[in-house]
Parts: sequence; structure tokens; C-alpha cells
Amino acid sequence: MDEEITLLEVQHLHKDYGNGAVLEDISLNLKKGEVLVLIGPSGCGKSTFLRCINGLEPIQSGEILLDGVSITDGTARWSEVRQKIGMVFQSYELFPHMTVMDNILLGPMKVQKRNRKEAEADACQLLERVGLLDKKDAYPRQLSGGQKQRVAIVRALIMKPEIMLFDEVTAALDPEMVREVLDVMMELAGSGSTMMIVTHEMQFARAAADRVIFLDGGEIVETGTPDAFFDSPKTDRAQRFLNTFTFEKK
Amino acid sequence: MDVGFITKYVPLYIEAAKLTLKLGVIGILLSLVIGLFCSLALYYRVPVLRRIVSIYIELSRNTPLLVQLFFLYFGLPKVGIRISSEACAIIGLAFLGGSYMAEAFRSGLEAIEKSQMESALSIGLTHTQVMRYVIFPQALAISIPGLCANMIFLIKETSVFSVVALPDLMYVAKDLIGLYYKTDEALFMLVIAYLILLLPISILAAVVERRLRYAGFGN
Repeated sequence: MDEEITLLEVQHLHKDYGNGAVLEDISLNLKKGEVLVLIGPSGCGKSTFLRCINGLEPIQSGEILLDGVSITDGTARWSEVRQKIGMVFQSYELFPHMTVMDNILLGPMKVQKRNRKEAEADACQLLERVGLLDKKDAYPRQLSGGQKQRVAIVRALIMKPEIMLFDEVTAALDPEMVREVLDVMMELAGSGSTMMIVTHEMQFARAAADRVIFLDGGEIVETGTPDAFFDSPKTDRAQRFLNTFTFEKK
Repeated sequence: MDVGFITKYVPLYIEAAKLTLKLGVIGILLSLVIGLFCSLALYYRVPVLRRIVSIYIELSRNTPLLVQLFFLYFGLPKVGIRISSEACAIIGLAFLGGSYMAEAFRSGLEAIEKSQMESALSIGLTHTQVMRYVIFPQALAISIPGLCANMIFLIKETSVFSVVALPDLMYVAKDLIGLYYKTDEALFMLVIAYLILLLPISILAAVVERRLRYAGFGN
């Protein structure tokens, strides 16, 4: 990890839907090559936080800086910002009327105006990497959930984003398909990608994260290295949250 | 049934069918344009415009075409606006069809999950590109059965054009009945003529619909 370069800086972010804060005074930095995992109970605002970074939700106050430039001061061109921030969603959101290849090429061709042949070569390489090259001409409906999600990851990666956001990408998957998606993400994490991951997969979080952030009630409750956080959480709330993942016979 | 009578007057029906088809097609094309425009106004919840569109849709769907045509043909001249029979027919049909087409388009647009928009935006597409490449193709596929049903409905509605003195199919049939009392033959030819106009549209619609279903969505 390159300690010097900060890609994303969030300062005092405040978000509400008009009836109480969803996110309150969130500040954090994301360095190049860092893998940040956000965990917390449902409704704690972690997905909303990712959506704010990608401009899918307006924020009420605070600032988000990408490469040192504010993307929340109203002058940002989201089309350009979003090319630098890839996002993968819980429900895959492939475009059902296009083949896998066309799903992947839509961004490169329409946004980056690259020529099809060259982009296609890139796409094939990425599909190979996630083990789905043989599915390039399939339609999304012909794929399993895990395959769809891997295609969705490729669709984001081909834009060569500086940061990848993962919003509970395995939450909608059958258990046996979770692994294939997490493996892809582990491989990305290992190859130096900068990632911000919202997940409920605690073992994965521990293995993939450089830093864990625990959110509850719209605020950052605890930040730490994965080992420190999972072995000896400092706060009561984090302790209680982690306990919900362990079982004891009564 | 008098076969001689039928063969003698078939050319009249052919002429009338041409007129019905011409007015029907122009009316349908206009109603598609109006419908698309209105559905977008509703979809984007454009202030003011969206209210106007809602009022138009209710007004248009809850009054008979016959009454709308009377208004255009007999009402407007009273305030000094005189339009030809054909123009009346086309305007009337477009006014009626626009609202039905708007609802068909809207049902398609609203069937597409908001998350499709978001994931397309997250790739960096502009709003217009998202509509063009992602939302609209899917919405159209969903709207097609409704749009086709509306087309058939509108062609059938042309049967009231005779009230504005247009020699359409209905007009010819009524004329022949009035002149020769050949009710059976005149009505028989009328039914056949409408079937010839409408069956192909109906079959085409069924084929397109099936194609689209197999091209199949469902994430």
C-alpha cells in the first residue's frame, strides 16, 4: 500500500432524508491501494454512505474530495467522477436486454468513446480473470446470481476506476455462490486495487480489509485494523454487534 | 346473398378502406408522438406540465370520439375555426389516441426499476444515454402489447368518421344500405374489410410480443 497518496477524503459528511440524520459527521480518508471495509447493523447508513460517494444521494453538508478536488461543491461532473469510482450493487443490475459483452462494453464505448475491438479485448481479459469468458455472449437471465455479480464487477472494472465501491454484493446470493464472488474481490484486493466494501461477511472482511470501520446509527463508532477490531473491539456497540455472529448452545 | 351486388361494390369498399387506413395511420403516428411526450412529462414529474397532461388524459379518455369529433367539426366553426373533415378526423383520433399511448408508454417506463438507472449512471453514462441505451429499450418492450392493442382500438374507432362526412368504410356501408336495402351484403363486406385491415396488425402484434418475451427479461 502506498501510504502517501490519499484518493478519497470525506469531511464531516451529513446526510438526512428530512426526518433525522442518516449519516452524521462522517470523516474518513481512503489511500491508494487501501481496502476499507464498512460494517454495521442494517439501517446504520453504510450503503447510503457509498451511494453518497457516487453521487446517487445528495448530501446536506460536509465535503467529499476525490484526488483533492471537491465532488460535492456543485461543480463536479458526475459522469467524469463516476468513471473514477466504480460501483457494484447488491442486486447486480445487469442490463437484461444486452448480452454480457454488451453490458460490459456500454461504458467504454458510450462514455469513453473507445473503439469496440480494443475494448472487447480488455473485456475478454477481465472475463477470463473472473472465469466467465465462455459466457460473453450469454444474456443475464442465463446466468446464476454469482455469475451475474462477477459480470457486474467486470463492467465496473473495465472503466479502470481509481476506487471500487461494493455495496453488499453477496447479500442477495445463495450461499454456495458467495464464495466465487468473494474470491474475485480477494484477488482484486491482493492486486492493489483501492476498494471500499460494505459487507456482512465477517470472515471475508477480516481477510480482505486493511482497515475496518464500524458504523452504527449513522456515525462512525470504531475504526481499526481487522485483527484489533474483530479480536478486541474497543466499544460496547461493536462488541454487541460482533456477538450476533457467534452462536452458543444454551 | 347477392354475389353480383358484392362484386359490383367491392371497389367502393377498397377506396373507403384506403381512406380509413390513411387517416388511421396518420392518427396513430401522431398519437404515438403525443403519447411519448406525455408519458415523459409524467415520468419526470415535470411541474405544471404534468398537471396539464393529467387533465388532458382524463378528458381524452373519458369522452367518446364521437363527441370529440362533433366538437371539432360543429363546435369550432362557431368560434371561427374551420377545419376540413380529414383534419378533424386526424386531430380527433390523435387527441383520443395520445392519452392511451401515453398510458402504455408510462406503464413500460415505470416498470423499470430505479436501480437500473442508478447502475447505468454509476458507469458514467449521462442521463440521456441511460434513457437511450438502458431504460427506453426495456420500457418499449414492456409497452409493445399495450401499444399494439391501442393501434387496433384506434383503427376501429375510425368507424365514427362518417359523422364528419368522410367516406370511410362505415359510411359506405350505411350508404349502400340506405340506397339499396342490401343490409346483409353491405354489412358482410364491412366486417370483412375491417378484418382485412386489423387481422394483420393483430398477428404482427402477437409475433412481436412473443419475440420480446423470449428475448426475455427478468433479471
